Amino acid sequence: MSITRAPTTFYRVLRFDRVQRGAHWANALLFFSLMVTATPLYFGSFFGIVWPRHLIEMIHLWSGLALPLPILISLIGPWGKAMRRDVRRINYWTREEIRWVRTLGRSRLEADKFNPGQKLNAIFVSASILVMLVTGSMLQWFRFFPVSWRSGATFVHDLFAYAIFFVVVGHIVMALTHRDTLRSIFEGSVSRNWAERHAARWLREEQLDHTEL
Amino acid sequence: MSVESHRGTPKEPHNGVNVGRRVFLGLAALGALGVAFGNSVQNFLGDAVGSGLGGLLPGGDRFRIYSITGAYPKITRDKYRLNVSGLVDHPTTFTLADLQSMPKTSFAKAFQCVTGWRVPDVPWEGVKLSDLLDRVGVKSGAVAVSFDSYDNADTESLTLEQAHLPDVIVAYSMLGAPVTTEHGGPVRLYVAPMFGYKSLKWLSGIRVVDAIEPGFWERNGYPVNGWLDGTTGPNNPDPGLT
Repeated sequence: MSITRAPTTFYRVLRFDRVQRGAHWANALLFFSLMVTATPLYFGSFFGIVWPRHLIEMIHLWSGLALPLPILISLIGPWGKAMRRDVRRINYWTREEIRWVRTLGRSRLEADKFNPGQKLNAIFVSASILVMLVTGSMLQWFRFFPVSWRSGATFVHDLFAYAIFFVVVGHIVMALTHRDTLRSIFEGSVSRNWAERHAARWLREEQLDHTEL
Repeated sequence: MSVESHRGTPKEPHNGVNVGRRVFLGLAALGALGVAFGNSVQNFLGDAVGSGLGGLLPGGDRFRIYSITGAYPKITRDKYRLNVSGLVDHPTTFTLADLQSMPKTSFAKAFQCVTGWRVPDVPWEGVKLSDLLDRVGVKSGAVAVSFDSYDNADTESLTLEQAHLPDVIVAYSMLGAPVTTEHGGPVRLYVAPMFGYKSLKWLSGIRVVDAIEPGFWERNGYPVNGWLDGTTGPNNPDPGLT
């Protein structure tokens, strides 16, 4: 970490490096494009016709095919160290965190860099990318699949689209109501004060990292 | 299961339970199950609770509106004309009122798109294509029927035998109301035993011809015989046509 070599005096802590911020916003842009283009495709009869429908389809298709790229590119390669480390953080849960989810946030928790809700959000989004990519491809290249699978893929694509919509709206609401956290996805760092209150375990680990330097 | 205390070394701070993998795989499995069984689940729910539930299920009962040209031809009900020509004894132009004065056929059948979505139990109302053909008189030597659309882009075709199936209709009512513009109104074709692309919208003309003329979608790679079961179908054993 390159913030400072004197852990007791640093005031801001790097939460997301450039690669992560880039991946986040590329991913967000693709999700936005997908949801915007999905609306007239799905609710076509609402809008009457208006649309250069084929163009909207193509934007939806290509945004969908590009969707896994930001995450994959940010993970591989020497630039992906922070990203890979965060994926491990998101994957591996302590007993405390599991209990925190089971008690719906009422049990004690010394939060990691991400709280369990944020972790679930990340896991859900990554799984959704896979599910949407696979079912979307089945709808695009439907000829290779039996009709009942196509119907099933439509069903799953629709259901996940609804789920993604609500999760993304929730994500944006949480972001807008948590200023410090929001700032870190633009500028990268959070205040030490924030980290002490919301990510104490992470902060301690960061300090230990620095102490070892 | 060994859950390390969070006071473990910072190098290995997260060797707890891999919840991420479980949730990820769980969701992926849910998606796979949905692909495999979503169709049956939807049909079961539709049958068990009636078609009303389909409307509540997201994606369960929803048309996706396709249009080749990206526009809907707007034809008023007064101005609508259906021109029947070709190898017929009496080439005729029908108004909507003409069609409505003919014997009415109504049934509820699914609309199944070749890409997968399906709307069950759609109420349809119209004139049997066979009645219409009988009215104008089909000449000998006729083999197939070609259809044209007011969008000036879509075309379709059926063999004469297919055109005489009892659930192939020229529909003026759908979903309990006059066929709306986006659904192909005022008058569209509905070919129940075949995929939706055969049910041409904004029907403008019917031509009785001496050879199959593959329609728009068929020239773009879809089977000429769009039987729902994907076979060459009961009434057209010629695999060359599929």
